[in-house]
Amino acid sequence: MGTTIKIPEPSAPFPGLGVENAQGLLQWISAVDHKIIGVMYLLTSVVFLVLGGVLALLMRVQLAIPMNHFLHPEVFNQFFTMHGTTMIFFVAMPAIFGFAVYFIPLMIGANEMAFPRLNAFGFWLTFFGGLLLYFSFVAGGAPDAGWFNYAPLNERNYSYNHGIDYFAIGLLVSGIGSVATSINIIVTVLHYRVPGMALNKLPLFVWMIFVNSFLLLAAFPALNAALAELLLDRELNAHFFNTAGGGSALLWQHLFWIFGHPEVYIVILPAFAIYSEVFQVFSRKPIFGYAFVAASSVAIALLSFGVWAHHMFAVGLGDTVNSFFGASSMLIAIPTGVKIFNWIATMWGGKIHFSVAMLFAISFLIEFTIGGLTGVAFAMFPIDWQLTDTYYVVAHMHYVFIGGVISGMLAGLFYWFPKITGKYLDEKAGKWFFWLFVIGFNGTFLIQHVLGMIGMPRRVYTYPNLPWYGVLNFTSTFFAFVMGFSILLLVFIMRRAMRHGTPAGPDPWNAYTLEWATRTSPPPLKNFEDLPAVTSRRAWWDMKQQAVNPHPQTKNDDPI
Amino acid sequence: MFLQAVEDPQSFQAEHINRLFNQFNIAAACILLLVVFLVIYVTTKYRRRHGDDSEGAPIEGNRRVEILMIGFPTVLLAWFFYKTLAVSSAVMPPVNPTRQPDIIITGHQFWWEVSYPRNAGTPNPANSPNYVITANEVHLPVGRPLLMELRSADVIHDWWVPQLGNKMDLVPGNKNYLWLNIRRPGDYIGACSEFCGQQHAWMRIHVVAQEPADFARWLDSNARNANPPADALARAGETLFQTRTCAGCHRIRGTPADGAAGPDLTHVGNRSTILTGLLSTNEENLASWIDHPQEIKQGSYMPSFMFSKDSIKAIAHYLEQLK
Repeated sequence: MGTTIKIPEPSAPFPGLGVENAQGLLQWISAVDHKIIGVMYLLTSVVFLVLGGVLALLMRVQLAIPMNHFLHPEVFNQFFTMHGTTMIFFVAMPAIFGFAVYFIPLMIGANEMAFPRLNAFGFWLTFFGGLLLYFSFVAGGAPDAGWFNYAPLNERNYSYNHGIDYFAIGLLVSGIGSVATSINIIVTVLHYRVPGMALNKLPLFVWMIFVNSFLLLAAFPALNAALAELLLDRELNAHFFNTAGGGSALLWQHLFWIFGHPEVYIVILPAFAIYSEVFQVFSRKPIFGYAFVAASSVAIALLSFGVWAHHMFAVGLGDTVNSFFGASSMLIAIPTGVKIFNWIATMWGGKIHFSVAMLFAISFLIEFTIGGLTGVAFAMFPIDWQLTDTYYVVAHMHYVFIGGVISGMLAGLFYWFPKITGKYLDEKAGKWFFWLFVIGFNGTFLIQHVLGMIGMPRRVYTYPNLPWYGVLNFTSTFFAFVMGFSILLLVFIMRRAMRHGTPAGPDPWNAYTLEWATRTSPPPLKNFEDLPAVTSRRAWWDMKQQAVNPHPQTKNDDPI
Repeated sequence: MFLQAVEDPQSFQAEHINRLFNQFNIAAACILLLVVFLVIYVTTKYRRRHGDDSEGAPIEGNRRVEILMIGFPTVLLAWFFYKTLAVSSAVMPPVNPTRQPDIIITGHQFWWEVSYPRNAGTPNPANSPNYVITANEVHLPVGRPLLMELRSADVIHDWWVPQLGNKMDLVPGNKNYLWLNIRRPGDYIGACSEFCGQQHAWMRIHVVAQEPADFARWLDSNARNANPPADALARAGETLFQTRTCAGCHRIRGTPADGAAGPDLTHVGNRSTILTGLLSTNEENLASWIDHPQEIKQGSYMPSFMFSKDSIKAIAHYLEQLK
């Protein structure tokens, strides 16, 4: 009986959300087009960013004054666990994949990812993994042992609600999606480049995402193994991590950080990838030291597998182990520093346009340097013995994650939004957003270095009224709300741009790479009809110079 | 109370780490200033003039600049790695396996068990039991290197007193150690620094550093058995304590109570605070804690009993006079 709904083929690169005639929404759900999937990844990321951000603000309210009773301790612990897990796995990762699956085919002159259905599969696993994680809130309680979920606190006898089971299953599901998408990216880059685009002519964005995908393939199995063992422990009374049954609490830490530290680079490398494009286009110059920027990514990727125990300097592994991991962690500063200075050198001699994307890239240089330097302090393990697991480390990692990763995603958003939607994000309102965000972010986290140095441990739901604790925490909370307000403003700017934004045309920034060579913005369902062979790293720039544009931009080609 | 920061080191270990931290901070500040200066210089000098749509200079790289970018940080890091090893070996020299620890700290959700093994080297071994066991308030002598042994009874905890130097995890199934050489007598505060469950925030540390003679006196007085109850109310409290399951979890030396799941209460009246610093020790606070523990420290293992007001008053009175 019943009516059958015909699954529609996508008819537009940016379908509407209507449900009438089974169009719109169904087109999104059934899509295998890399652009639609890319947009869905990005929307997923924004939704989870708001969720994770609200959790953070609630925590900051609880911490605004000493001995506060706004949140129950158990609720606070669930919130910080969910905040970290959300931001890493369901904000940073989907944002990265969103930009990657949207722009990699476009930047290498391909019409699709290598495996379009696998691409959709990867997205939906990530999406439902996130839903599973959040379902825990209504299934008896969210996970409450922190995003790195240390054993034996993650065992049933210390955390008896089902939150950690949802954590394990949610991350397993989304992790499988991430692995699938990485394979897809690697095959696409290796196999579908336009003629002439040798690996040394790849845009740096593609280079870094390519390297990153290998990193991800090697890192996720360790997490998946750890999660499987944890589920066996919790559901079948195994004892991998339960010391009382002969297991090892430190085994979890090794497995988690063998995944976890590469994961830090998995989320930062794509941000580096975006900056590498933004600096070129808005300095009107090719990248300084292409080979060094690309090679330093490979160096970071390789080194990242030899640094995990720097998260464990305080567990008593002994001098030999500490020295090895201290040295390897310090080494990673070298390729990272190379990148920073190459980006500054890219601006040198340029004609710098202060677009919002460029402002985020410039603020990143300073913020990430702060996060990087405090990171080197942690590699010097006696300093780590003082400051690890304090607010100093909270400040450090937020400088890396917000100053590095989130700023990169925001730079990418302002840079590519005109291509994805055909509309500009308002630059003037965008600059308001930029300054609010930067002031809010630095106001929140800079003083947290001091809180760590005066003895405030991380992950405490409250604190006694010790000198300076109250005023510093209150200031931090105040600026966190400035940052929260800026994100509201961003959502408003995006909404207004979608409705009444200025049409951007196919190549609004006079850019260098092939995603801007499509006939329209958003790109047509079939990206390219025909592309000439590529001869340099700035393929689209060459075509414009030689006036061999395969898709002449006419006034009639208004963006959709 | 004054500011208890890592920048105000009060032990040999903290001084060494702080010196390394300060040296690094100077180098880091120079690098940060260099980056800030370069960013400001470049963005000011090379900003696009209005109406200028030309391209930037076609510079694609410079090998000398790259060598400098790699070489300079490498040399700097090598030097700091050398300093790291030097400080590490000064702060955490290896332990001779025959050396007995001066103090054993065992982490519990959410309190610290503190015990002092007393061997032939300590004064008056004859009239002391082998161990002095107390909780949360950690008395230590100044002026000599102490070896601390760190254990955990349940999950991972972490010992950290900023002014006294390096932190160390208490890992179930492992024994970790720390060296500690405190410079000056005083009260030092710290906190558990590894998330250990619902009341991680209230697992704070209070170290009382004393001159060796004062410490020896404290240790002797704490080696004594508990005072017998002095008045009728305290006697009633003791009876309740022994018969109404309190004794199943808590130890009061000199009485049949020898539970080890909760803090030792033999001299609880001498400790300035209960619940690792959440409340100061007095009859009123003890009474409200016994009356509704899950409202005061949610998630602790102290069960909510249904004592009458009179019984609570008696138990609190008894405990308060255990000095």
